[in-house]
Amino acid sequence: MGLIALPIGFCAAIGLILAANAQDTAMYVHGLMFFVGSILAGFWVIKSTTGAPKAAAPKTPEGFNDGVVRAGVIASTFWGIVGFLVGVIIASQLAFPVLNFDLPWTNFGRLRPLHTSAVIFAFGGNVLIMTSFYVVQRTSGARLAGNWSPWFVFWGYQMFIVLAASGYLLGVTQSKEYAEPEWYVDIWLTFVWVAYLLVFLATLWKRKEPHIYVANWFFLAFIVTVALLHLVNNLTMPVSFAGSKSYILWSGVQDALVQWWYGHNAVGFFLTAGFLGIMYYFVPKQAQRPVYSYRLSIVHFWSLIFLYIWAGPHHLHYTALPDWAQTLGMTFSIMLWMPSWGGMINGLMTLSGAWDKLRTDPILRLLAVSIAFYGMSTFEGPLMAIKEVNALSHYTDWTIGHVHSGALGWVGLVSFGAIYYLAPRMFNVTRLYSVRMVSWHFWLATIGIVLYAAAMWVSGIMQGLMWRAYDGLGFLQYSFAETVEAMHPFYVIRLIGGLMFLGGALIMAYNVYRTAKGDQRTEQPYAVSNAPQAQVQGAVS
Amino acid sequence: MTYDNVAYFAQTWGLLYLVVLFAGVLIYALRPSARKKFEDAAQIPFKED
Repeated sequence: MGLIALPIGFCAAIGLILAANAQDTAMYVHGLMFFVGSILAGFWVIKSTTGAPKAAAPKTPEGFNDGVVRAGVIASTFWGIVGFLVGVIIASQLAFPVLNFDLPWTNFGRLRPLHTSAVIFAFGGNVLIMTSFYVVQRTSGARLAGNWSPWFVFWGYQMFIVLAASGYLLGVTQSKEYAEPEWYVDIWLTFVWVAYLLVFLATLWKRKEPHIYVANWFFLAFIVTVALLHLVNNLTMPVSFAGSKSYILWSGVQDALVQWWYGHNAVGFFLTAGFLGIMYYFVPKQAQRPVYSYRLSIVHFWSLIFLYIWAGPHHLHYTALPDWAQTLGMTFSIMLWMPSWGGMINGLMTLSGAWDKLRTDPILRLLAVSIAFYGMSTFEGPLMAIKEVNALSHYTDWTIGHVHSGALGWVGLVSFGAIYYLAPRMFNVTRLYSVRMVSWHFWLATIGIVLYAAAMWVSGIMQGLMWRAYDGLGFLQYSFAETVEAMHPFYVIRLIGGLMFLGGALIMAYNVYRTAKGDQRTEQPYAVSNAPQAQVQGAVS
Repeated sequence: MTYDNVAYFAQTWGLLYLVVLFAGVLIYALRPSARKKFEDAAQIPFKED
C-alpha cells in the first residue's frame, strides 16, 4: 500500500505540472485528466486496501485472478459499442456530408481516427488483454502475477484510450495512421505495455504446466512485437516540454516505410496473432475437442511471425520507396497465404466431427464464421499486395472493404464469441441470459458484414476503373467529383450494413448486462442432437 | 550499399536463413518422438476451467 502510493502520487504531480505549464488547450485538458485519473486511482487503492472487505468475490479453486478479466468483459463490450457507433456516424457522414455539421470537433477528419482507434485499440485491445489474462492462467495452472500490476495494465490502458480519443477531438494527432496519439500519450502507453509484458511473462514463469500452450505463444508474440513497433514508429522530439506537438525522427520515405512497417504489423500482430491466440483456446473449448493439429499450430506460429514482419512495404507500391523494397513486400505478402490458410484450416477442422454443433450452438457459429472470414481476408490481402492488382485497388474503397471483412468478420466475430464464452463464467452464473439472442446477433452481424464488404468491392473497383479511364484524346474521362457521386448508393448500403453490425452488438451488450445480473430468459432451447458429447445449451462446463 | 548488394544478400543468405529456419520448425514440429508431447499439449485447455 505504501509503495503503490509513490508512483500514483508521482503521476498526479506530473499531470498537474503538465496542466500548469501547458502550451495548448489539449495539453491543459490532458494534464488535468491525468491528474484526476491518478487521484481516482489513489482513492481506489486506499478503499480496496483499508475498506471493509466486500462480499468476497467468487473464488476459483486455483485462486485465479478473474476480477481483471470480468472488468475486461465490461470494458470490451462498452468500447465495442462506442467504436461501432462512431463508425456508423462517419459512414453516415460519407454518404451525407451535411452530417459533418461544419464543426471542428465533429468533422470526418477527427472522427475517423476516433473510430479506428476505438475499434482496434479500445475494443480489440481490451478483448486481447481480457482473453490473454484468462487464457494464460487457465493453460498455465497459475494465478496472474502481481496484485496491482494487472489492474495497472487494465486501468492504465483505459487512461491511454481516453487520452487518445479526447486528443483526436481536440485536434491532436501526429498524422500516422493507427499511431495518431502524440508523444506524451505514447510514453504512457509504453509504461502500460511493459507492465502488460511483465505480468504475462511472470505468469508463464510460475506455470505448473511444463509446456507453454500455443495460444500463449501467439499472445506473447503480439505483446512483444507491438512493443517494438510502438517504440520505433513513435521516436519523436516534442517541440516543448508541456506542448502536445512533436516531430518524428524519421524523414521522407524512411518515415513512410517505418510507418507501414508499423501499420501492417499492427494488423499482423495486434489484429491477427493476438486473435489467433483467442482462436486456439476458445474454439477448442467451445467445440469441446482439441485443436485439429497441434503440430500444424506450431508451423503456423513460426511461419506467420517470420513472414508478417516483412510485408509492410506493400502499402507503398508505386511510391518513392525503392522498387526492390516494394517487390520484397509483395513477395512476403504472397507467401503469407500459406501460414494464414494453414491456421484457418487448423481452426475450422477443429470442428471436424462436431459440425452438427453449428446448428445448435450460436457461439460456436460466431467462432467458425470468424475463421471463415479470416481465411477470406487473408486470401484477399495477398491478392491486393500484388503490384498490378494494387494499381487498381490502392486508394479506393476496395481497401476499406478488405479491412472491414477482416476487422468485422474475423476480429469482431471471434471477440464476440470470446465475450459470450466468458460472460457467464466471469459473472458466476450457470448460463447466458439468452442463447437465442446470440443467434440474432450472429445473423445481424454476418449480413451486415456481407452488405458492407460487397458494397465496398463494387464501389472500390468502380472508383479505380473510373480514375484510370481515358477518352480518345488521352484526357481523363471522369472528374474526381463524378467518381464521388457514383459512390453514393454504395455508401448508403455500407451504412445499412454498419447499422446492422451495431444493432447486433447492442443485443450483445443487453445480453451481457442481463447475464451479469444473473437473469435467465425463458426461451425455447435449441434442439440438441443425440451425439454423446452433446451438452445443455450454453451451460458452463 | 547498392541495390545489387542488397539483392545479392537477400537472394543468398536471406533465402538460406529463412529456408533453414523453416526446416528447423518442420523438424521440431513433425519429429516422430514428439508425437506424444504434442498430443498432450493439445489437451491443456481441458485441464482447468
